[in-house]
Amino acid sequence: MNLTVPVFYALSVVAVISALLVITRRNPVHSAIYLIVTLLSVALIYLQLQAEFLAAVQIILYIGGIMVLFLFVIMLVRLDVITRQVAFNQQWLVAAIVSAILLAEMAAVIFLGRGTAPLPAATTESLQPNTEQIGRALFQNYMLPFEIASLLLLVAMVGAVLMARRR
Amino acid sequence: MMTNLMEALGPYWFYLAALVRILVVFLGISLLVAYVVYAERKVLAHLQVRIGPMRVGPHGLLQPIADGLKLLLKEDIIPQGADRTIFWLAPLISVIAAFAAFSLVPFGPEFMVAEDVNVGLLFLIGISSLGILGIILGGWASNSHYPLLGALRSTAQLVSYEVALGFSLVSGLLLAGTLDMQGIVAAQAEEGVWFAFVQPVAFFILFVAAIAETNRNPFDLPEAESELVGGFHTEYSGFRFSLYFLAEYAAMVLVSSIAVTLFLGGWLRPFASVAWLKILDFTPVALFAVAAFWCGREAMRLPASQEWRWQRLLLVGLAVGAALVALALLVPQRGEGGLSFPVLEAVQGVFWFVAKVCLFLYGFIWFRGTFPRYRFDQLMSLGWHFMIPLAIVNVIFCGLGIVVARAWGWNLAASLWLGTAATLAVAVRLARRKV
Repeated sequence: MNLTVPVFYALSVVAVISALLVITRRNPVHSAIYLIVTLLSVALIYLQLQAEFLAAVQIILYIGGIMVLFLFVIMLVRLDVITRQVAFNQQWLVAAIVSAILLAEMAAVIFLGRGTAPLPAATTESLQPNTEQIGRALFQNYMLPFEIASLLLLVAMVGAVLMARRR
Repeated sequence: MMTNLMEALGPYWFYLAALVRILVVFLGISLLVAYVVYAERKVLAHLQVRIGPMRVGPHGLLQPIADGLKLLLKEDIIPQGADRTIFWLAPLISVIAAFAAFSLVPFGPEFMVAEDVNVGLLFLIGISSLGILGIILGGWASNSHYPLLGALRSTAQLVSYEVALGFSLVSGLLLAGTLDMQGIVAAQAEEGVWFAFVQPVAFFILFVAAIAETNRNPFDLPEAESELVGGFHTEYSGFRFSLYFLAEYAAMVLVSSIAVTLFLGGWLRPFASVAWLKILDFTPVALFAVAAFWCGREAMRLPASQEWRWQRLLLVGLAVGAALVALALLVPQRGEGGLSFPVLEAVQGVFWFVAKVCLFLYGFIWFRGTFPRYRFDQLMSLGWHFMIPLAIVNVIFCGLGIVVARAWGWNLAASLWLGTAATLAVAVRLARRKV
């Protein structure tokens, strides 16, 4: 009995539905909880795709770190005020058109690009050992982009500290 | 017989074996948690020259069961204006996260729930970090001031000390060269030294961060009774409260397990590489024999009157049970290499693992009985201005030590100790610095 495909679809459905709930809930704490569910199901999809390292990092960083900070900030805000505010503006028609165009573009790119950049069938062997492969990719093959990205993050961090100090 | 059973069950054997292991670990951890609470009360009592729980069973040994029953039967109160769904969900998140993480702990060479996970340690950290969500959501959903403040303190503390914890794990991982939990233990067996003895600074940071992560004294500000009543679980009662309680102590056992696996040799016997100390393999037998003797002696010392009958019966039962376990461990088997003890060998790893975890837990309790509580800004300052820089410096020197040892053929322990000395020099500077 091969459960790979049903499990994948179940996880995807959960991810998409909870993503929709994130933006439709009035209470920000509920939104945050649904965002956690989305991130968790994406982590499980990574796991199913044999990317254990990515799945673990997704859980540690996004759920254990960033979502905890989100909740921390939400709790410092007065919720009764926020829930009475209007969360949506009247531009939904424009937004829908733009989203539809974007979706069509993405679909077109994937369908037209199929021939030129075929996706290789991933085998278990080619992805193991996971951690070592990601380490080699980041610290040997793509050393410079990696360092530039971390420098950018550092600059953003220093900038945030500087802005907080000025007050 | 075992092989016949395996054949009969066919493909379902895998699931059945996994289920059995999960049940054993779940019940074992629950029992351990119950008796850690008992040990905590007893040890604290003796530290303060009291006697602690004494009435329920001999020396209060049945107290955890009585406490559990009491919590289950208590009225379950949900405060007015609470967010009921989240209030109901939050303790579950904490307890599930704490117990799920145990699936990746190597209790023995052959005993682990989820085997062959090559990013084991990362997953462990990830799953256990979900527990904080239970705390913060529970504090918020109570719709009450003290729990909210407790949850905020708890989150700030956890996020701060998670960084130091992560860096202290990195220096252990540099030595092990793998994220696989069994691989980490194997690396220590191969190296012939527990990593705590070549990375003492990392071990110290891990210990302090573990106390902060589990909200234990002297870092128990999220539940400081004098300021916040009971912290994030002030509004919880009955069964839900007991879930939080269970999660908190399970998290203690979990961080101890991580520390033991990474720095204290996991399930390895002390001096595993010294052949003539093989006599230490018989420690479990000795322990159970001593327990049997002690229970028997206590039973003799009880007053002869009728009202002590049940106490005496229980003690005699315990003595007989311990004696039987000691004898069962000594079941011999005549093989090619002479006499061997299959039962003893099977429980050997688990015994040492649990023993080391208990030592660690005793440390937690000892700390609680000894240290006064920190102030919150002192706690944050200690974390950000001392622990995190020290952990980073330690990782750098640890990496340098390994590279030097490999490149110039130095003794690994010697170069690591050189790195540790340098780290300690930095620590002195950090401690003297005025912030």
